[in-house]
Amino acid sequence: MATPLLEIIGLTKGFPGVKALDAVDFALQRGEIHALMGENGAGKSTLIKVLTGVFPRDAGDTRLEGHVIAPRSPREAESLGISTVYQEVNLIPHLSVAENICLGRQPTWFGVIRWGAIARRARAALARLDLSLDVSRQLSSYSIAIQQLVAIARALDISAKLLILDEPTSSLDRTEVEELFKKLRKLRDGGLGIIFITHFLDQVYEISDSITVLRNGCRVGCFATRDLPRINLVSHMIGKAVQQVEALGQKRASTASIRSDAPLLEARGLGRKGSLQPLDLDVRPGEVVGLAGLLGSGRTETARLLFGVDRPDQGTLRIGHQAVRFNSPRAAIRCGIALTPEDRKVAGIIPNLTVRENIVLALQASRGNWRRLPVAEQEKLTDRFIHALDIKTPNREQVIRNLSGGNQQKVLLARWLATKPRLFVLDEPTRGIDVGAKAEVEKLIQSLRQEGLGVLFISSELEEVVRQSQRVVVLRDRRKVDELTEGEISEEAIMHSIATHNLERPAA
Amino acid sequence: MTRVNPKYIPFLATAVVLLAVFGSGSLLYPNFGTPRVLVNLLNDSAFVGVAAVGESFVILSGGIDLSVGSMVAFVGILIAKLLQAGCDPFLAMGIGVCVGTVSGAVMGCLIYFFELPPFLVTLAGLFCLRGLGFVINPESIGIDHPFYGQVLPQLSILVAPKAVLPFTAMCFLASVIIGTLLASFTRFGRNVYAIGSNENSARLMGLPVGRTKIATYALAGCFSALGGIVATFYMQSGNPASFVGLELDAIASVVIGGTLLTGGVGFIPGTLMGVLILGLIQQIIIFNGTLNSWWTKIVIGALLLVFIVLQKLISRRGEQGAMAGR
Amino acid sequence: MIDWIIDLLFWIVFGTILFFLRGKRIFWTVGALGLLLLFNQFFTPGFFHIQLLDGHLYGSRIDVLNQGAKVMLLSLGMVFVIATGGVDLSVGAVMAIAAAVSSRLLVTEHQPAGVAIAVALVVSILAGAWNGMLVAGFEIQPIVATLVLMVAGRGVAQLITEGQIINFLDPTMVYLGNGHLFALPFTLTLVLLMLLLAFFLVRRTALGLFIESVGDNDEASRYSGINARQVKFLVYAFSGLCAGLAGLVACSNIKSADANNIGLYLELDAILAVVVGGTSLQGGRFYLIGAVVGGLFIQTLTTTLYARNVSSDISPVPKALVIIAVCLFQSESFRARLSRFVRPPGRILKPLGSRPSQNLSTVTPHDSRES
Repeated sequence: MATPLLEIIGLTKGFPGVKALDAVDFALQRGEIHALMGENGAGKSTLIKVLTGVFPRDAGDTRLEGHVIAPRSPREAESLGISTVYQEVNLIPHLSVAENICLGRQPTWFGVIRWGAIARRARAALARLDLSLDVSRQLSSYSIAIQQLVAIARALDISAKLLILDEPTSSLDRTEVEELFKKLRKLRDGGLGIIFITHFLDQVYEISDSITVLRNGCRVGCFATRDLPRINLVSHMIGKAVQQVEALGQKRASTASIRSDAPLLEARGLGRKGSLQPLDLDVRPGEVVGLAGLLGSGRTETARLLFGVDRPDQGTLRIGHQAVRFNSPRAAIRCGIALTPEDRKVAGIIPNLTVRENIVLALQASRGNWRRLPVAEQEKLTDRFIHALDIKTPNREQVIRNLSGGNQQKVLLARWLATKPRLFVLDEPTRGIDVGAKAEVEKLIQSLRQEGLGVLFISSELEEVVRQSQRVVVLRDRRKVDELTEGEISEEAIMHSIATHNLERPAA
Repeated sequence: MTRVNPKYIPFLATAVVLLAVFGSGSLLYPNFGTPRVLVNLLNDSAFVGVAAVGESFVILSGGIDLSVGSMVAFVGILIAKLLQAGCDPFLAMGIGVCVGTVSGAVMGCLIYFFELPPFLVTLAGLFCLRGLGFVINPESIGIDHPFYGQVLPQLSILVAPKAVLPFTAMCFLASVIIGTLLASFTRFGRNVYAIGSNENSARLMGLPVGRTKIATYALAGCFSALGGIVATFYMQSGNPASFVGLELDAIASVVIGGTLLTGGVGFIPGTLMGVLILGLIQQIIIFNGTLNSWWTKIVIGALLLVFIVLQKLISRRGEQGAMAGR
Repeated sequence: MIDWIIDLLFWIVFGTILFFLRGKRIFWTVGALGLLLLFNQFFTPGFFHIQLLDGHLYGSRIDVLNQGAKVMLLSLGMVFVIATGGVDLSVGAVMAIAAAVSSRLLVTEHQPAGVAIAVALVVSILAGAWNGMLVAGFEIQPIVATLVLMVAGRGVAQLITEGQIINFLDPTMVYLGNGHLFALPFTLTLVLLMLLLAFFLVRRTALGLFIESVGDNDEASRYSGINARQVKFLVYAFSGLCAGLAGLVACSNIKSADANNIGLYLELDAILAVVVGGTSLQGGRFYLIGAVVGGLFIQTLTTTLYARNVSSDISPVPKALVIIAVCLFQSESFRARLSRFVRPPGRILKPLGSRPSQNLSTVTPHDSRES
């Protein structure tokens, strides 16, 4: 085999407390589309960032066409021929298409920009993608799909040898994706090497020649796409979680606690254009419904719709038989819904406030500005939850920023338990917390269920979902693809649903 | 269907407002539309205009410069003092421009390296320069150098009968032209737009963000200093206590001129129009005679509000457009 | 001799206060004030002189309390605005409006002082509510939104006074800024009353918690069900009220309403007082007492310069240097750079790396260092 276009050997990168990449190997040939797969925290984006010089590496070699390279900035990587297009279109929306393609490297004549040359060069760059646009128009006047292509044109405008596409399709619809793929194939056939990061399984099988799977900063393996069955890919990505989670008994939670068949929450055809295909969802009192799916499958989007963060543009939602429309989380909270968000730092904790303040926040918000919870009551409440959930904090006035992830999560759970919700939506409640805390959170969920709450449990760890849920809804590519009940729930069954259900198209 | 590019809407609105103000002035008062009034308008607003060109760059980059008024006054008194001490006028002007540019660069460094909010740093600049002006000389100094008394008045062009375009107005127009060239025809100018529109993207696109930001504030300092020089031409004196609140006029001109206060969108000729609108409103109020000068501030404030809300609506529609495009 | 004993007593009390504040955020603000006073004790003759005349206390320190009332009042309103992550640039203009309204009612319309004061305060609250509407309702950035009133406000004030400087002699209005209560200037009572009101709002209602929460993490606050818009609106309205009171005090001080000059640049002093008081411009945790002490610090600085015959025109320079110094020490990247010089080189990467930074600019410098 000829020298690969890009070869990475033993790349290692650590952040304080985490080994983000552990001796990762990677190879890419000319004229190859290589998919990089992995769940959250697998190390995909760290790999890209080290490769493009955003982060320095700790150890390892990178070779481009056989020469050792070590770019120190994205700019240097670009000059070596490595261009990156990020998920969010990183262009300047207010400037013209032509300018976006040439920005920073405009042709000049004694320092004066030659606008005519810019337009010609931009048209030429777009022509490589078989695209003909009015390059003088503002970038933001085009759709996201076109903007994505403009970003690719910009990346190719300098003689790129290697193109990295970081989740380029997450905002595109079906036909736009087809269009993009057609262009990528053409570029590949022209000898360009492409690294393609996505979480859409279908797309991986449609476009890529080979797949490298990362998990927890390690390379799981590199496979030829056509030799790797989907089910194996999914299991490689999710891995066999070897954890000593406190044995809750292999006997799974039974449906005995379900109090009635009348659902607490009843969603019919609930959806939002661009974020979630219409889906039906029921949660009954005393029931834990698991929401399973890979990253980007629409799990968090579902939670956001139910909690009024995003407004649904179709379908109906009933809470205890009453039709509701939430236009803010406040409205959802008033109906007895609670949500612990996926991203604890952004939407969960108030970092510089104390444990006590963080716990009373939601309860106080529901009481309004003026009816303040007396301090004595706040302290009693806080102490009760610190004790009940075993929150490890020196005292209740500790700033929450200083707590560990697991304890922060428990504080958030306490915040919502204090409001006595009827339905608890837990979005990745166990992410980034240690094993002991995980077990405690799981125990808590079961006790909530026994008290008759409805719980919607979202997790990327299938084992957890299987252990916790009486019913599992499986999502893929932002649509509900399956619903498993009591007897059918197993990790294998869920993986099968994720991997094989194709409602619209046969497998590629 | 040809739709107007949304980035031109504030600019066009400015043009409409300018025509409306000028038109109503001409209809109301017979002498209003004469070339002489127009030339006077350019002359009276020359120093504000020059400073506003610099302010445009800062606002385009997504920042704000509050030190403009103090800078104009400071450079004015500095030059007056130097001339009083027998310094060559060109050397004095050179020193003034250098001092302005360096102060601007220092503020830019504080903003970029230490991530301090621009309004706060330039506020400190406002205080500092105002105080330093009084350190140079606590009172106004008249300028009686022959260059000011004899040479300058000759540097003017007869543009129409009884309408002489003075040198100050030429400086103003020259600044607008230079500013336009810088903004539209250099990499630096385009980088300013890119940073103002989306700083993070600009960084990922490999643009020199730090260098450009610091240069932007240095440029604003330079233009403010030039504004100070033009002010000495206009006033024939330097006064450390003058031009209080000039920064607000400059910012208002830029915004009424169609530049987005959040950065990234705008045109330097728009600032010219903004300055002219402000000047025309003042002229109308002077012509009227019964209206008092405070109406100027109220009208400017109202126009500012209209443009800010207009910009907000446009950017909101833009966001929705992007969402619909998904 | 008596003076000497009084001074000693003063320093003992001050030292005790400082001792009890150790470890708290406002220790540094009070400490800075102490240093400034200590400087005056030794180098500014007469600064510490206090005398009792007609049952009223007089002296430089009393002047500081009296003259500082305006900034302290403003900073009481500003501290909440800054805590929500905003800023109110219009307080100076609102002061002018309040002064104009009250004196116009008093002199031109011959209304009783009570009516004049009440209407002026209502108008100020409305002005603040206008800012609040732009910020909370239209989601315009605070600097931009309050700039509108900053520009137009003085015009409105002049419209009300019809461009005149209105002089008045009404005893109630004059008392507001010049009267004495319990041997101390009445303005001090006013500040204390407003401080009590502010304390009531943050301690007896949930607003304090909500303000800090919104300023610290807007998104998470919304997820917790806080009505962030309402909180922001109230905060600007309260700032309007404080500015109105400060405006009344300012015009009462000089017994006239000068719409052009009342409160000029005082918004800057108020912002500075809040920042010196320990509240970060990023929003979040706020320090109410810190802001008031910060106001005192600013006024002491001004009075010190004045007492040392530094022209009041030059006094902005040291103020500017204080602003920059305080902000630099609040800036994380400045502290990181500073620690690079102070710490031994081997440990440099640790403090930087411990906070995973998404900001490329802070990553690049130590990239180049490593390679």
